[in-house]
Amino acid sequence: MAQLSLHKIEKIYPNGFQAVHGIDLAVRDGEFMVFVGPSGCAKSTVLRMIAGLESISGGQLRIGNQVVNHLAAKQRGIAMVFQNYALYPHMKVRENLAFGLKLAGLPKAEINQRVADAAELLEMGHLLDRYPKQLSGGQAQRVAVGRAIVKRPEVFLFDEPLSNLDAKLRAAMRVRLTELHQSLRARGQPATVVYVTHDQTEAMTMGERICVLKDGRIQQVDTPTALYDRPANAFVAGFIGSPEMNLQPAQLVCAGDGLALQWAEVQLPLPDAKAAKLRLNAPCAVTLGLRPEHISVLPPQGGSALVAGTLRFTEHMGSEVFVHATIGGLPFTARVPADALGTLAGKARGDSQLFHLQPAALHVFDAATGVNLLL
Amino acid sequence: MSAPTTLLFTAHDAEVAAAQQRRSERRARAQLLLRYTALAAVAVLMLYPIVWLVGASFKSNAEIFGDAGFWPQHLDVSSYAKGWKTSTEFTFATYFLNSFLIAVPRIVVTVISCVLVAYAFARFEFWGKKLLFSIMVATMMLPHVILRIPQYLMFREFGWLDGYLPIIVPSAFATDTFFVFMLVQFLRGIPRDMEEAAMIDGCNPLQLLWHIIVPMLKPAIVSVVVFQFIWTMNDFMSPLIYLSTVEKYPVSLALKMSIGATEEVEWSSAIAISVVALLPSVAVFFAAQRHFIDSAASSGIKG
Repeated sequence: MAQLSLHKIEKIYPNGFQAVHGIDLAVRDGEFMVFVGPSGCAKSTVLRMIAGLESISGGQLRIGNQVVNHLAAKQRGIAMVFQNYALYPHMKVRENLAFGLKLAGLPKAEINQRVADAAELLEMGHLLDRYPKQLSGGQAQRVAVGRAIVKRPEVFLFDEPLSNLDAKLRAAMRVRLTELHQSLRARGQPATVVYVTHDQTEAMTMGERICVLKDGRIQQVDTPTALYDRPANAFVAGFIGSPEMNLQPAQLVCAGDGLALQWAEVQLPLPDAKAAKLRLNAPCAVTLGLRPEHISVLPPQGGSALVAGTLRFTEHMGSEVFVHATIGGLPFTARVPADALGTLAGKARGDSQLFHLQPAALHVFDAATGVNLLL
Repeated sequence: MSAPTTLLFTAHDAEVAAAQQRRSERRARAQLLLRYTALAAVAVLMLYPIVWLVGASFKSNAEIFGDAGFWPQHLDVSSYAKGWKTSTEFTFATYFLNSFLIAVPRIVVTVISCVLVAYAFARFEFWGKKLLFSIMVATMMLPHVILRIPQYLMFREFGWLDGYLPIIVPSAFATDTFFVFMLVQFLRGIPRDMEEAAMIDGCNPLQLLWHIIVPMLKPAIVSVVVFQFIWTMNDFMSPLIYLSTVEKYPVSLALKMSIGATEEVEWSSAIAISVVALLPSVAVFFAAQRHFIDSAASSGIKG
């Protein structure tokens, strides 16, 4: 296993389009790093550059202590799991697993041992003599992971490996991959993993650290909780979390001795601790951010600001309910426990409802650049 | 009282539905019958010349021209024996062997050269690729006749006349551009992920071709083999131009000889031997049919 470091990595296509703008990132030895971002953010391009499937236009890529910019894919000590599995259709599962080892010239006994180990680890011993077309999606996925494991690579690369599975299987495989990473670590073979996904749930649940990308630039690299609690900018704030954070244009205004945020006709007082961090002269335009769980129909613990909104509709998720409403014509979402639903009983679309907003949980972003002003 | 009403309604409803289903089944059956009748009629029309050929091969010379029907009055296999012996000192066994001596090496060099060229065009970036590809496609439009004279002069200089090399060697340079074009199109349809996976697994470009691409190209390669076999068996012009010794003649030339320029034509034996000459092509086609169907459907890509 090895650490992976990207230093000012760039990708410029022959037509002049720059897809990746000087990325700096260090993935620690044995770390599970997730690249997440919307379509077209170049997360897959970065992964393919690490794999050696895409040339690197600028910067330096190191795996372990070696610069690998100009090494062929096979010399980089990596293994990759593809979105559509890319199993060799004319080979049985056993041959699919052994193919890379055979090319590497490993002795037959060792190949058999490694294939058997991987089959046991992924519980697919009964699949070894099948052809890929005889496998279900989940099974093919496991074989693809197995093909990576037998190689005992320095770095594992995953390119949206779960996006072809149905929702239920995806959740199961998520748990399985996380467990696999932990069990490899327990065995003393910690695996450095770079995992690409567009699904923030996958990123939050699997990643030890997450790298959020947008338009070929890194927005923030941190642990899932840190990303959630302290997003570096409005983009990260909106991308991480489901339902997404309420982001609204607001005015920073003076209110008494302190500061407040003027949102539609509502004035939310900013707690002193937060106000102290702001280096702005009120009044000025900002973007206000408040996660749905910090808006409730019941009075929360601690202070809250009471605001009247107009109900639009609700989404029942089982244990909780997403309440969609507007305040002064601006839409927002609240996330309330299902047992608080009694408060909404008998209310219809267009009815007025009082919401409790928690000013202590407010985020303030720069209106132009989106930078988090409270960090 | 509402429950019985509902039940009655349901029973009636089911009856109506069943009648409707019966009607639509009848209509579907009638449509099917019509479709098969039309198809069978066209098939008979297309196949009749071949059926007639087989029938006529058992007829006597007089009956061939006296009777339009395809069923012979008596089964007379003597035309086959006479046709096989030919009017030359060699039997058709020699001519069939000669045909295979041309077809088999030609198929081998065609497959190797066309797959290599198609691989380069479909998977590599090199200077002038687009221009070269369009030049190659343009040669498909070139009538072969144009090449005859320069090629003949060239092969005469090489001292290759009256041998099989002039027929076989050009194919070793991927000059059967139709096959290259077909393979390139097929390759373009195969996702590259498997090749990328194989590159990470440690394949160099030639290993990639042999271990991954050739197995996936199998249906297309089988088509190349079948077409090249049939076309080579049917090729009349090239052997006619390059071969002068009767002993080296392939089936196509020998057939022409059996019609002969002298005296009366033995039509029945000429027809009988035509039927025999058809058999290898038909056999190869049916043997390969399985592979046409077993195509990229078995791909390991999901998505």
